[in-house]
Amino acid sequence: MTLIVNEPLNIPLAHESLSAAAPLDATEAAEPLSELAGWGHYPVVQGRERRSEDLERVTRGAVLTRGLGRSYGDSSLPPPGRHVVAGSPLADRLLAFDAATGVVRVEAGFALMNLNRLFFSRGWFTPVTPGTHYVTIGGMVAADVHGKNHHVAGCFGEHVRSVRMRVADGRIIECSDQHERELFRATLGGMGLTGHLLEIEFQMERIASPWIWQESEQVADFESALEALEEAGKQWPYTVLWSDLRAPGAKIGRGLLMKSRWAEPSEAPSAPPRWHRAPPMPFFLPSWALQPWMVTIGGALKFWMHGARRRTGIVHPETSFYPLDVLREWNRVYGRRGFTQYQAVLPGPHSHPRQRRFLETLRARGGNVFLCVIKDCGPEGKGMLSFPKPGVSYALDIPMDRNTQALVDALNDVVIAEGGRIYLAKDALTRAEHFRAMEPRLDAWNAVRRKWDPHGRLKSAQSIRLLGDRA
Amino acid sequence: MRAVVLGATKGMGRALARLMAERGDALYLLGRDRDDLARSAADLQIRGAAGTVGFTHCDLLDRASFAPALDAAAAALSGLDAVVVTAALFAPQETLEQDGDLRDRMLAANFANTIAFCELARERLLAAGGAARLCVFSSVAGDRARKPVLLYGATKAGLSYYLTGLDHKFAAQGLKTILVKPGFVKTGMVAGLQPPPFAGEPEPVARAVLRAIDRGTPVVYAPGIWRWIMLVIRSLPRAVMRRIAF
Repeated sequence: MTLIVNEPLNIPLAHESLSAAAPLDATEAAEPLSELAGWGHYPVVQGRERRSEDLERVTRGAVLTRGLGRSYGDSSLPPPGRHVVAGSPLADRLLAFDAATGVVRVEAGFALMNLNRLFFSRGWFTPVTPGTHYVTIGGMVAADVHGKNHHVAGCFGEHVRSVRMRVADGRIIECSDQHERELFRATLGGMGLTGHLLEIEFQMERIASPWIWQESEQVADFESALEALEEAGKQWPYTVLWSDLRAPGAKIGRGLLMKSRWAEPSEAPSAPPRWHRAPPMPFFLPSWALQPWMVTIGGALKFWMHGARRRTGIVHPETSFYPLDVLREWNRVYGRRGFTQYQAVLPGPHSHPRQRRFLETLRARGGNVFLCVIKDCGPEGKGMLSFPKPGVSYALDIPMDRNTQALVDALNDVVIAEGGRIYLAKDALTRAEHFRAMEPRLDAWNAVRRKWDPHGRLKSAQSIRLLGDRA
Repeated sequence: MRAVVLGATKGMGRALARLMAERGDALYLLGRDRDDLARSAADLQIRGAAGTVGFTHCDLLDRASFAPALDAAAAALSGLDAVVVTAALFAPQETLEQDGDLRDRMLAANFANTIAFCELARERLLAAGGAARLCVFSSVAGDRARKPVLLYGATKAGLSYYLTGLDHKFAAQGLKTILVKPGFVKTGMVAGLQPPPFAGEPEPVARAVLRAIDRGTPVVYAPGIWRWIMLVIRSLPRAVMRRIAF
C-alpha cells in the first residue's frame, strides 16, 4: 500500500484515502515493527514511528506524535495494543521570523539544535532551554520544558504565542491565549495528548552576546548547597547545582554550584562560538560496564578537581546548557537494562526540613543515583499540567534494577506527603494512584481533553499507565 | 550561485537547498504544490538565501510545465548558474508490479520526463555560457538490476546513462553535469522501509553533493561507501543475483 513520493507529484497517497477518523492501525499490518523506547530505554515496546515531511498527513488518525524521543519513559510510546505513532522530525521548516521582534514560527519537528545554530550569531536564543538540544520544538511545548532559568523565565510555554494543532476529530485548529484558550493551556505540558502539534509560534530572547559568563563554586554539604542555590537565584538568571549523592557521611550532597548569564559584548570573545557535530555513542555498553564505584570515584574527582576557589570565566553556550550532548546517544552508556530519570519538585523554602527528608528517604532506600541535578523552580505558569511549582527540583538518574520500582514508590510517598509532584516527561515508574494523589489538577485537565476528544482517541503508553485513559 | 531546484521541498533536495541558502546562494524552487513551495521558500529565505526565494508550479508528470517554469526561474534570478533535479517517484517493487497505472507514471516521471526536463535545462544553461551546472539525482539502484528495486532501478539506469553521455558531449562547451547516486538515505521517501547497513542521513549527503556541484565532479556516490558497495554488487555473477533477495 505504500507509495512514497520524494517530490509532491499528482498521485494520491494511500493514506489519504483513509477518513480522518479511521485509526492508522487499519494499515498497521503491512508494516514491520521495531523497538521503540524513550531516552531511558525503559520501557521498550514493539512499534513503528511513521515519519514524513507532511505532518498533517501522518497525524491523521494517529494516537500520538513522537518527536526526537528525548522524554525518558513511556511518554512517546504507543498505548498497549497499538503500534504506530506519527513522527515529527522531518517536518522541520522555519515558517516565519521577525528580525525586529524575535518572534519565530516553526513546524513542530524543528529541532532546538538547528534553532541555536541559525540564530545564535544573529543575537537570538530560545528563552527557555532544556538540558539537551536534541529536542523538537513540538516536544518542548508538549512537555512544557523548563531550564536553569525557571525561577526568572518560567516554562517554555510562557513564551509560546500560539500553536496549530490537529485535534482528535481530525480538525486543524490554531489556538492561543486569545483563541481556544482552554485547549491552549491544556496543550502546554499536555504531553501531546490534547492534539498533534503541527506549528508553534514563540518569542525568542535577545542575547547580549553568544557567549556565557559563568561562575562556579564548591558547596560543602546538602544544606549549604541548597542555601547557596537559593541565594544565587536572586542574582543570576541561570543557576544549577550538581550534587554528589554518593559522597560519604555528612558530605552527602556536596557539589558544584554553577551560576551563569549571557556575557556582555565587552567580556565576550570576538568570534562567535563554533558548533560541533557531536560524535555518537556507537553501541550499547554492557549493562555491567558502568559500576556504582566508578560513579562514586568520578563524583569525588569532579568535586576535588574543581578546587575550593571560585572559578569565573567565559564558557561555550553548548558546554553550559548541553554538557551531556558532547556524546550523542549517551544513554547507551547505561546498557540495555536502561535507566530512569526521577524528577520531582518539593515546595520551598530551600531550608525546610522536607528537603532533608527526601534525601534521607533516598539514602535509606540505598538509592543508586548516578547523577543528581538540583534546580530552583519559580511560580507555576499557564500550562494546566506543567511540572514546575515554587520550590526545589531534583533530577536523579537511576539505572534500572529490581529495586528501582520500590525506590520510586518510596520517593513518591515523600513527594505526596510534602505537596510536591513529578515530571511526566521523565517518568516511567510512578503508579496511577500516586500520581492522582500529587496532581489535584488532573481532573480539570482531563475534562478539557474529554471535551476535545470525547472518544479517547489520543493516548500514549503513559496516559494508560498514569492518567486514567483506557487502552 | 543562482540555482533552480526541482524537488527542494523534501528529503535530500530540502537538505541541499538549505546548505545553499545558508551560504547565501540565490534560489528558485520548482514543484507541484504551491503551499508546500511557499513554506520551503520561507524556510530558505530565513536561512539566508540571497534576494527573494521565488517558486512556481512544475510537475514531472506534466511536460508542458517544464519550459515556462525554467523561463520563470531564469527571469527571477536574472540568469541561471545551476539546475538541480532531486524529484522522482518511488514505490516498492511489489506495488509497481500490481499497479500498472502507477508503474506508467513512475516510468514516465523518472525517465522520459526527467530527461525532457534536463534537455530544456541544458539548452538554457549552454545558451547562458559561463560555468553552468546541471546536477541530477539518479540512484545506486541504476548500477545493477536488483530484485527489490527492479522497475525503479531501470528508470535510474537509463537516467544515469543519459547523464553520463551529457558529460561526454557537452563538457567541452562548459556544461558540468553532476550525476548523483545516493545509496539508501533516511528520508520520507523510504520511511516505512527498514534501513539497511550503511544508510545515510540527508544532511551529510547534501554536503557531499554541494561539494561536487562546486567542483564539477561528474559522478558522486553518497554516502561515499556506496561506491564500493556497488562495485561489489556489480561484480556478482548472475547465479548469485538470482538467489539473493537484496
